[in-house]
Amino acid sequence: MAKLKVATTSLAGCFGCHMSILDIDERLLDLLEVVEFDRSPITDIKEVGRCDIGIIEGGVCNAENVHVLRDFRKQCKVLVSMGACAVNGGLPALRNNLSIAQIMDHVYLDGMGLAPGSAVPNDPEIPLPLNKVHPIHEVVKIDYFLPGCPPSGDAIWEFLTDLVIGKTPTLSHDHLHYD
Amino acid sequence: MTSTLENAQVPPQSLRRVAIEPVSRVEGHGKVTLLLDDDGTIHQVRLHIVEFRGFEKFIEGRPYWELPVLVSRLCGICPVSHHLAASKALDVIVGATRLTPTAEKMRRLMHYGQQLQSHALHFYHLSSPDLLFGFDSEVAQRNIVGVAMAYPEIAKQGILLRKFGQEVIRMTAGKRVHGTGSVPGGVNRSLSKADRATLRAGIDQMIEWSQASVRIVERMHDDNPELFESFGAVRSNSMGLVDAGGSLDLYHGGLRAKDPDGNLIFDHVDYGTYDQVLTEQVKPWTYMKFPYITDLGPDDGWYKVGPLARVRNCDRIPTPLAEAERLTFLEQTGDAPLNFHWARMIEMLFAAETIKELIDDDDISGQDLMTGGERRTEGVGVIEAPRGTLFHHYRVGDDDLITMANLIVATTNNNEAMNRAVREVARQYLDGRELTEGLLNHIEVAIRAFDPCLSCATHALGRMPLEVTLVDPDGTVVDRLVKE
Repeated sequence: MAKLKVATTSLAGCFGCHMSILDIDERLLDLLEVVEFDRSPITDIKEVGRCDIGIIEGGVCNAENVHVLRDFRKQCKVLVSMGACAVNGGLPALRNNLSIAQIMDHVYLDGMGLAPGSAVPNDPEIPLPLNKVHPIHEVVKIDYFLPGCPPSGDAIWEFLTDLVIGKTPTLSHDHLHYD
Repeated sequence: MTSTLENAQVPPQSLRRVAIEPVSRVEGHGKVTLLLDDDGTIHQVRLHIVEFRGFEKFIEGRPYWELPVLVSRLCGICPVSHHLAASKALDVIVGATRLTPTAEKMRRLMHYGQQLQSHALHFYHLSSPDLLFGFDSEVAQRNIVGVAMAYPEIAKQGILLRKFGQEVIRMTAGKRVHGTGSVPGGVNRSLSKADRATLRAGIDQMIEWSQASVRIVERMHDDNPELFESFGAVRSNSMGLVDAGGSLDLYHGGLRAKDPDGNLIFDHVDYGTYDQVLTEQVKPWTYMKFPYITDLGPDDGWYKVGPLARVRNCDRIPTPLAEAERLTFLEQTGDAPLNFHWARMIEMLFAAETIKELIDDDDISGQDLMTGGERRTEGVGVIEAPRGTLFHHYRVGDDDLITMANLIVATTNNNEAMNRAVREVARQYLDGRELTEGLLNHIEVAIRAFDPCLSCATHALGRMPLEVTLVDPDGTVVDRLVKE
């Protein structure tokens, strides 16, 4: 049987969900028997190719996130929203009741210990921040949601096992929680 | 003179742009841009961090006791560092000048568990493919999957070292990622008998594997010392915490900085006064600030932090096996970036030995968990995170709400050092040549040596639009943004 192709990425997240993927520990070696990784923080593939499963950590906080998310949707048969930030914006969405300009001024102009002449970074290489942080299903269609901050390694293992054998994933009660 | 590559001296629009985006096999997202002329001469190299989340602003107004679990969400790779740095700052605010022995040892155990898992993750899962297969080896093989196929025992050792560290965190903090064990003034649990027995049964194997890990990097260095000593090498100051006796201590101490020749710049500085010795510079092309030692200024005052800086800065490592490795290491190496790997494995051994000491100490299962004292309004907490010195600084109002937060995260301290290293690699390997994928990976190898934690996303944007509209799948406008 050909291996399933899996791509993963983190948008406005903390990489904790990716750490939870690695928290399947030595079962990672079993997983590698049936899947191969395409674009992911653990490979050097920079552009996502055609994949069976895409897993997204983090919400959407800038224009880059939107591009990457849309690429993943286009290329992946099944797209999974993993963790609190992807599912509902998570902690980064705490900034949503402030204006982005107000926050940037605070950090780069009014913050303590700054050298004279500091200003808000504005180079074209820096992606434009969005006014608000959004959960990813507000931007593209999502097939499955895997909640938790982060979901545990066991929850991810249970979820992926179902998905890989072609069963609709379900989470047992003890794996279905925020914290 | 690599710093000249920071800003192209000819109009940038006359140059060709090559981007490495995203930088892979690092924690978080960054990108590197290179500007070249028609002859392939490199005019500009920059490591951009496009993360912006604004934690320092949006945690204002939150109750202080939320902070340890709130700021741990800054980073899923070393959440324990933020969890503990915030706790230490809040210890000051609740007047807990001296923690109970159980509280301090539980926090230390959590922290050294994190050092073990993070260092194992970085070396085995992320960086080892470059060192085992070569910097310009096949992309398809150059990852942990390739390592698992070619060197299954090495991959398994790395996975199980990380697992043990994660289990230490789970037992002390409640969860492997984003735990809750530390609170202002102490901890909310001690180590159970069952967990203590589990750790004691496994720790000797971890010490043995950590020693084996040091041997792996030492052998790599022996095979090609010229590469290790020259690759991306730019001499720099270094900074980190040492204890009152000058020994390496990753949980607590005073600030020590040395110049490239090993002379002290400052020593045993009370970290509560960090703002008197450090200043941060902002550059328009990256969200990550550039800290420097104030007295030396931005050109001469930048420094390295993290394992290489720490192992070279301290007078000794207080555990016997790691100390023996430190002495060997100092005989054979300088401060070039690839030596981070060897230093990191020595610290992993130090962490494993320290875990053994802590779980052999009955205080770890004590019941006296909390202390307190006179309430204060301002506190600074500093810790040596796996990637370097981490500063948390808070002010709290009478209503218990945060009024000010200032954070300098570990990787920020390495910002200038990483930029200089990639410029040096560009000069050494890429200048005037046709840029292949393998050559571009050399840039990433230099970045990976620092084990940066960049967080958040980046990807090719091309020309920046002045206005972007975000619509949902049905075409409804969700958000609209304009260039501020």
